[in-house]
Amino acid sequence: MTERRILAVASGGGHWQQLMLLRPAFEGGSVFYVTTLRGLAESHGAAPAGFAPDCNRNEPVAVLRTVAALLWRVLRFRPHVVISTGALPGVIALACGRLVGARTIWVDSVANAEEMSMSGRLARRFAHLWLSQWEHVAKAEGADYAGSVL
Amino acid sequence: MIFVTVGTQLAFPRLIDAMDRIAAGLDEAVIAQTGPGGGAWAHLDHRPGMPPAEFAETFAAARIVVAHAGIGTILSARGARKPLVIMPRRAALGEHRNDHQMATARQVASMKGLHVAEDEAAIAALLAAEGLEAAEETPGPGRARLIARIREFIG
Repeated sequence: MTERRILAVASGGGHWQQLMLLRPAFEGGSVFYVTTLRGLAESHGAAPAGFAPDCNRNEPVAVLRTVAALLWRVLRFRPHVVISTGALPGVIALACGRLVGARTIWVDSVANAEEMSMSGRLARRFAHLWLSQWEHVAKAEGADYAGSVL
Repeated sequence: MIFVTVGTQLAFPRLIDAMDRIAAGLDEAVIAQTGPGGGAWAHLDHRPGMPPAEFAETFAAARIVVAHAGIGTILSARGARKPLVIMPRRAALGEHRNDHQMATARQVASMKGLHVAEDEAAIAALLAAEGLEAAEETPGPGRARLIARIREFIG
């Protein structure tokens, strides 16, 4: 079997730290990391890595810039799997991944202990595996639950 | 040294103002990462943001970290084994779009070394406490299960 190419995407801050804690899941694969804060991947020894500009739903132009950056990355890297721990750039990464036939994983941030994040709800339509890190949230939202980074 | 951090996304003046007043009465340096916007605080060594490497160094050098209830900060405190004083952001005060930090604070309040403070007096009391317990990097069994599930999915 060919080595799995895994595109792992998270915004800077807590989303990224959760992605870093999930790194053992990627062992044996060829991983490309993307985050929204320059220097962050390097400070965690996550390589190779690229940058995508951050965005939120209130800034359509910023969203388009993020789409462009992630679409370009996906077309170059041709991932078999795209995984994100959030936030909106991660949803965009999953959507781009679907365009090239990737299998996609959304791990909603453990910060969302009462309901799925807005990004998480958006990600539902693009995610093959749609996870909450809280069992009661998963149950209420129809997501899968397999544990949490805490 | 006490390190105050509010994350990269939003300012948190209620916490920074409180820490400025507390710092006025301390013999200890207080470094603060204050988030977008900046401000003038006489008793803090403050800046809006920090490059990741400097953030990690400052975090490692701190005696205690005081922060919003952000997951990134909580995971950093566990990794660096620091006592963490948490004041959650409140939506009613315009500090975040919803009360998920209140929920986070409730969920982690019982974890080792994570000390939730609702107001300035509670923060001051924790900073003055002898031998405040440090956080530990002891993931629950849930992390291994989550990793196994993702690994299985990747195939």
